[in-house]
Amino acid sequence: MKSLISIMDLDERDINALMDTADDIVARPGAYAHKMAGKKLASLFFEPSTRTRLSFEAAMYELGGNVIGFSEAQSSSAAKGESVADTVKTVSCYADIIAMRHPKEGAPLVASQSATVPVINAGDGGHNHPTQTLADLFTIRREKGRVSGLTVGVCGDLKFGRTVHSLLEALSRYEGNRFVMVSPEELKVPSYVKQHLKNNHVPYTQTTDLSQALPELDVLYMTRVQKERFFNEADYIRLKDSYVLTPQKLEGAKGDLIIMHPLPRVNEISVAIDQDPRACYFKQVLNGKYMRMALILMMLEGEK
Amino acid sequence: MNIDAIRNGIVIDHIKAGDGMRIYNFLNLGALDCSVALIKNASSTKAGKKDIIKVDRVPDIDLNALGFIDPNITINIIRDSVRVEKYHPELPMKMTNILICKNPRCITTTEQELPHVFVLTDREKHEYRCVYCESRAPAL
Repeated sequence: MKSLISIMDLDERDINALMDTADDIVARPGAYAHKMAGKKLASLFFEPSTRTRLSFEAAMYELGGNVIGFSEAQSSSAAKGESVADTVKTVSCYADIIAMRHPKEGAPLVASQSATVPVINAGDGGHNHPTQTLADLFTIRREKGRVSGLTVGVCGDLKFGRTVHSLLEALSRYEGNRFVMVSPEELKVPSYVKQHLKNNHVPYTQTTDLSQALPELDVLYMTRVQKERFFNEADYIRLKDSYVLTPQKLEGAKGDLIIMHPLPRVNEISVAIDQDPRACYFKQVLNGKYMRMALILMMLEGEK
Repeated sequence: MNIDAIRNGIVIDHIKAGDGMRIYNFLNLGALDCSVALIKNASSTKAGKKDIIKVDRVPDIDLNALGFIDPNITINIIRDSVRVEKYHPELPMKMTNILICKNPRCITTTEQELPHVFVLTDREKHEYRCVYCESRAPAL
């Protein structure tokens, strides 16, 4: 694989192979500790990030490789007006693989067209974030034993939340999944995502009531409802607490439900739920590192 | 109304009445120094009214891009005063530097020399999206 720009660049077989490798890394980390010895990852973060940047860097170090790069545009030549294309042509001379986050949508695609080494999109604005989706899929498989035949609830900002769109697209490739989309009217899933589900004959329902939806779910994927998405503050105040997950709301949920969130969380999952064995959002962070390790291996070694 | 016959050029026929000026501007025909005629509201047996454009030169542009504006128009190629080709423009699979991405978050807003590329994503709805940010194409 040359570069990973969107989750659509991977087919079901690629994703399954990555998850198999990640499972093996979890089971036998020592076997992978020197796989990338002598290789360098360029971590080009044109905007701040906690989880994703550290996850990529930790992934490369745990494979025995090294990391170079920057964590904000101001400490790169982008501050002097250098183009993305020129930056990656330069970096291609120093590194074996690039992980790039950029505030502009499409920047990693532009980078992949100029780089002579593989480029991984580590998030381009609100557009694509394929390694988050890989972390999400791997977490579901680790926790539920499968990524098919599941009732998956997605809750919160389903209009602008690209993470949710990618997850729905990825899960719709697997047999037997159905979706329950929980959001305020103002933040419903865009029509093109629903069209994608219809085209693939994936059943879904839409509701505004989280409590009512909870009992049937195998997976609940929470996202943040952001104040700035509402036209008026009154609507926000009316709705904001409807989409906050509390221990009381969870009373009607299945015992083997898994609760996920791409993080950062603000208040949409009560801290009291962190102790609940169904809470998986910090496992997602760890699983994201394993999937990034598997991805780096696949891209640099063709390992599956 | 008398308009000189074309020797070597194109006749864009069956333009939806009122759209002629949009196509005139899209093809930047005002910049040509040859004869150009824009006929508005000509009578049409099918549509009642139509616009027609005649250009006494074949412009150096992919005329299939006109399919994005109106796939029902007809393009006639004239050589030595004889019509040698007649076709409806097909929706092009890709358009480069014909539309400009309006998404302020798109990388094309900061990478000045990047071509603006749109690809056909829904033939039925005539929908194009930017290859970089996937925003829907603006209307011409």
